[in-house]
Amino acid sequence: MTGQALTPFHGFGLGLRPVHYPEFLADPQPVDFVEVISENFMVEGGRPLHVIDRVRERYPVALHGVSMSIGSADGLNDDYLRRLRQLAERVRPLWISDHLCWTGVEDFNSHDLLPLPYTDEAMDLVCANITHAQDVLERPLLIENPSSYLTFPGSCMTEWEFLARMCQRTGCFLLLDVNNIYVSAMNHGFDPLAYLDGVPMDRVRQIHLAGHSQGNDLLIDTHDQPVPDPVWALYELACRRVGAVATMIERDDRIPPLPELLAELDIARRRAARFEHAAA
Amino acid sequence: MSLFELQKDFGAWLRAIPIDVESHVGRANTAGLAVYRHAYRAQLAGCLRETYAKTLAWIGDDAFDKAADAHIDAHPPHAWTLGEYGREFDQTLAKRFPDDPEIAELAWLDWRLRCAFDGADASTVDAAALGDIDWDRALFRFVPTLCTRAVLTNCAALWHALNAGETPPPAGILAFPIVIRIWRNGFSTRFRSMEPGEAQALAWALAGESFGDICARLVGEDAGNGVQTAGAILRDWLADGLIASIGS
Repeated sequence: MTGQALTPFHGFGLGLRPVHYPEFLADPQPVDFVEVISENFMVEGGRPLHVIDRVRERYPVALHGVSMSIGSADGLNDDYLRRLRQLAERVRPLWISDHLCWTGVEDFNSHDLLPLPYTDEAMDLVCANITHAQDVLERPLLIENPSSYLTFPGSCMTEWEFLARMCQRTGCFLLLDVNNIYVSAMNHGFDPLAYLDGVPMDRVRQIHLAGHSQGNDLLIDTHDQPVPDPVWALYELACRRVGAVATMIERDDRIPPLPELLAELDIARRRAARFEHAAA
Repeated sequence: MSLFELQKDFGAWLRAIPIDVESHVGRANTAGLAVYRHAYRAQLAGCLRETYAKTLAWIGDDAFDKAADAHIDAHPPHAWTLGEYGREFDQTLAKRFPDDPEIAELAWLDWRLRCAFDGADASTVDAAALGDIDWDRALFRFVPTLCTRAVLTNCAALWHALNAGETPPPAGILAFPIVIRIWRNGFSTRFRSMEPGEAQALAWALAGESFGDICARLVGEDAGNGVQTAGAILRDWLADGLIASIGS
């Protein structure tokens, strides 16, 4: 699987959420693609599959998962991979992505994106799991950098070093969440520019933009706010390094009317336009 | 410590099992640990509130949140899909509210309607295009989302009132148990309380009895009206989109 390419795609999209289904089904919307949460459509039947079929008739679709648990120490769930493959055969997505995290182990699934220590053991495990998933799905994955709220004393490399080695070993690509970089940088005190400089930009195929909230002690990746100025600034710096890349606004709570999100997406278009021809 | 052991301990700590997870991640990470534990519980509580919306509206935030807390403690999630979470919540409610059986029955309605929403698709038999059928030997295959249950309370009336945003009637025990059927017709999830004759006929049909045998049983119970009753039941099943196919 290593070295397998993805069809090049560049455009600006939104995370499609149920509150906006009627508008996306009624009229064409000014987006180049939509991203959907894979698990919402890994169902047996009913309206969700009708919605994804109709949406797919109009837009390229990226499948974004939250339950692959690529960092689980006891391996991947084969039933999950089988269902995801079935969905991919139905949707013919631009790509399939999930997070650098684990959600559970043994018979427990937290349904949260839990942090990994960045160790050699975790590297071997994550790479084995990615390779297995890519073999089952017959395509390379995009792996998203997580936001995190703790670091492990046993980590022997930075997150960006981990991502770089992971890409090199598995041939996977990256979904770079700029908000997550900012949140983790503020929470853990690293330089977000060092992160951007350390990530292999030639592997980045998509960027997520989102907002966050200030918790008691830490920034929380809540996806319930507009993209804030520091994240926009970091986005421009990422665009300067990666050039033209698919960009998407991710909003999961306090979701505003669609026109507001489309206006926010226009901001991304304008900010990225200056760097469309930049090379990674 | 291996990654597997670390993850096992971290998962147990999320579930409030007393484990010194700080010794694995360092004392400096106390605030971060709290974020993860809060997110774990908030996600599951939110899932229960969304799935059991009518039950929540009936018992109110405080009682619901306490029941949800108890359920999360007793039933950590196992499945890869969050859609499976809360399957046994009606049993948690039945234990917490033994004197208010309508609460658990309302929760059962919420859960089964959610299951029907994205359950397996099936085409249904068109009553206008039945063609030649040997009705004596006819066997029914029902849509896969169909399920039934006998209830003791007026949970159906409560659900309808809550769904319509109306003031629900007082909870009450029915004079005799009724059987409710839940299914999805097209994209529309539905439920209906059945008369005893229909409930019995549906149970026989689900057990694999032919329409001829069902008619004979209904005639045996009511010689004067059994055949008409069977015909009316069949018309309802066809009109409601309950029958996926008729074989023999």
